[in-house]
Amino acid sequence: MFLPSGSRPFSPSSIQPELVSASRTPSAVENIMQEPPHPAGRDSPDLLPGPRGREPDRAAEGKDRPHTPSQLHLPAAARAQSGSRSEPRLSRRQSAEFDLSSVPISPTRPKSPWGPFDPYNNNEDQGKEYVGFATLPNQVHRKSVKKGFDFTLMVAGESGLGKSTLVNSLFLTDLYKDRKLLNAEERITQTVEITKHTVDIEEKGVKLKLTIVDTPGFGDAVNNTECWKSVADYIDQQFEQYFRDESGLNRKNIQDNRVHCCLYFISPFGHGLRPLDVEFMKALHEKVNIVPILAKADTLTPAEVKKKKFKIREEIEQYGIKIYQFPDCDSDEDDDFKQQDHQLKESIPFAVIGSNTVVEAKGKRVRGRLYPWGIVEVENSAHCDFVKLRNMLVRTHMQDLKDVTRETHYENYRAHCIQNMTRMVVKERNRNKLTRESGTDFPIPVVPAVGDETEKLIREKDEEVRHAEQQRKQTHTSL
Amino acid sequence: LAKMSGGGSTLLGYIGIDTIIEQMRKKTMKAGFDFNIMVVGNSGLGKSTLVNTLFKSQVSRRSAGWARDEKIPKTIEIKAVSHVLEEGGVKMKLTVVDTPGFGDQINNDNCWEPISKYINEQYEKFLKEEVNITRKKRIPDTRVHCCIYFITPTGHSLRSLDIEFMKRLSHSVNIIPVIAKSDTMTIEERLEFKQRVRKELEMGGIEVYPQKEFDEDMEDKSDNDKIREAMPFAVVGSDKEYQVNGKRVLGRKTAWGIVEVENPNHCEFAQLRDFLIRSHLQDLKEVTHNIHYETYRAKRLNENGGLHPITCNDTQESNL
Repeated sequence: MFLPSGSRPFSPSSIQPELVSASRTPSAVENIMQEPPHPAGRDSPDLLPGPRGREPDRAAEGKDRPHTPSQLHLPAAARAQSGSRSEPRLSRRQSAEFDLSSVPISPTRPKSPWGPFDPYNNNEDQGKEYVGFATLPNQVHRKSVKKGFDFTLMVAGESGLGKSTLVNSLFLTDLYKDRKLLNAEERITQTVEITKHTVDIEEKGVKLKLTIVDTPGFGDAVNNTECWKSVADYIDQQFEQYFRDESGLNRKNIQDNRVHCCLYFISPFGHGLRPLDVEFMKALHEKVNIVPILAKADTLTPAEVKKKKFKIREEIEQYGIKIYQFPDCDSDEDDDFKQQDHQLKESIPFAVIGSNTVVEAKGKRVRGRLYPWGIVEVENSAHCDFVKLRNMLVRTHMQDLKDVTRETHYENYRAHCIQNMTRMVVKERNRNKLTRESGTDFPIPVVPAVGDETEKLIREKDEEVRHAEQQRKQTHTSL
Repeated sequence: LAKMSGGGSTLLGYIGIDTIIEQMRKKTMKAGFDFNIMVVGNSGLGKSTLVNTLFKSQVSRRSAGWARDEKIPKTIEIKAVSHVLEEGGVKMKLTVVDTPGFGDQINNDNCWEPISKYINEQYEKFLKEEVNITRKKRIPDTRVHCCIYFITPTGHSLRSLDIEFMKRLSHSVNIIPVIAKSDTMTIEERLEFKQRVRKELEMGGIEVYPQKEFDEDMEDKSDNDKIREAMPFAVVGSDKEYQVNGKRVLGRKTAWGIVEVENPNHCEFAQLRDFLIRSHLQDLKEVTHNIHYETYRAKRLNENGGLHPITCNDTQESNL
């Protein structure tokens, strides 16, 4: 059976009626959460440790469910390949059925626990001598899958833009069951809060701890000056907490509460970005990955959507806002992937519609919104970018979002923090030079490995202090 | 032939009192009349489009030469554009007052003040004309007869700014709240939203037009009650026409269907139009003149210790 070309993580847009059920049975959500693209990952944990006996079953499964074989490879896997490039392409074009009996086992190699996903498991490699470390990605993958993944997503924007509905639609949950909507009188005196909802999702043996950070009250008051401050403070707090944990003695179970991605909801009723949108994004673009979303896109005709997207992109550039950039794909990716990547970049901001209610239209049951003039289907790419957003967030870029948070935003924070610490230390030293105290009271536990630049700074400052001391001694003796 | 009137003195012949209606009609038609409508709401809520759709012509500020993609002004501006419309021999001088910049800033404190000031200035102008010795035959009426307030269709409830604005201005002008861009909401969402909005208006003590206290008789009351139950009207505006079932209709074409502006199953635009133009247009003017203007006038006269007869041609404020 030929795999549909949509076997990439951008899965085919066929709609699974079972998505209706609120219960998280694996069948209901299997279309939503395939394993995140771990740098080493390319196999479903299901299929990894399986004894040979289970192969034919799974292969048969693969026939009925066009999605399963897509787990055989991921673009990330292609990037992380250490050897045997032939493997991913093979699996892409072959049918899901692996006829293992035909593969001769090299006499020098023991039976591999990786089954058909063993990088050495093809005809060409038999008989050759390999060290065998190409299975490293598999091993890493297996360990991390056991540990489980976590992801923190923040949603920000004025109330009434469909944030909660979208979150519920994205992750097929009902996180806001007990929410009480305040009326306008109550909201006049409300300040911006930060609320957290955590939910554990499991799919095909992969565990995800998903945290949604919400910002109720944002932009609701008459005077919204600096209403983003509490959001920025929250993000900094998470960084600080992680920084402390990292610098601490027991680092076994550090909880990563850093915000990995912030979906910012732009109102479809305005003419592009409003002053509040610009200020918010500028205050936060260096702390968190911002993904702009054009909310409630069913208000707009296709022409209006295009125009607004263009205008918003223009304004983002004009104001120098650094939104999350999708990593460029390698030049050796195939055209299909490159095209999809290009389309993704052109879709910013994602024009989304959220819904968790199922409506019936022309005999089909779809998730959507029912209007007297038609039905908007949430998962129809001609209607909105919901599928693109979901794929980007969950299936392809979840790991990259975490990486950028860790490597860029957190590192910026950390460097900034250390610089401040150094400055404080220097101040202390200068203040204490008369009393000859050498106490250095770090507000944060000592970081063993200080960066090169800060070392240099410290050394320079020490020189200065010594120099000043000398001078003082000289003037003292001359008196 | 004798027309018997029920009760009162019996008529011995036809007098022709009822022709007064016809005479009034003729005079009104000759004179034409003024109507001033103000639109308030965040930018992008379709204010200009709605006004154009209501009066079936390009009467909004946008059409008078301003660019469509204007930047949000840093302060609230008041822009008035006038057009003369004619229909069935009746001339109407329509003035649309737009308020770009309302509610668009980060800090919207007191953004209603320029609007309040404008409304009071129009009353002041009229008052000055009225106390003149040599008054014009027809005092030009620039007073705002109706203020349409556009509510953002969040689906939750009114925003703080909405309440603040309506609280402060419902006593100086007739406010008609409408739910803008209502094709965002499904029918159930719309009903829920309307209910919540009505409740919040009640809780805030906000009286929107038609105000309960000004109902003149039972007939008025029952008509107006029906309207009050249906408010705020959920509207959709459009200036483009599409072919639906062989007819050309005003609408918005989306990927999943065409929203018809004048279809009562889709939105309440037709109801708003009938209410605003076909049944209550004159009443809006009367309430403005008899109630809001009188309130302003009384306040002004009380401020300066009563009305002094004007003894010279100088009609400056000091004489009041």
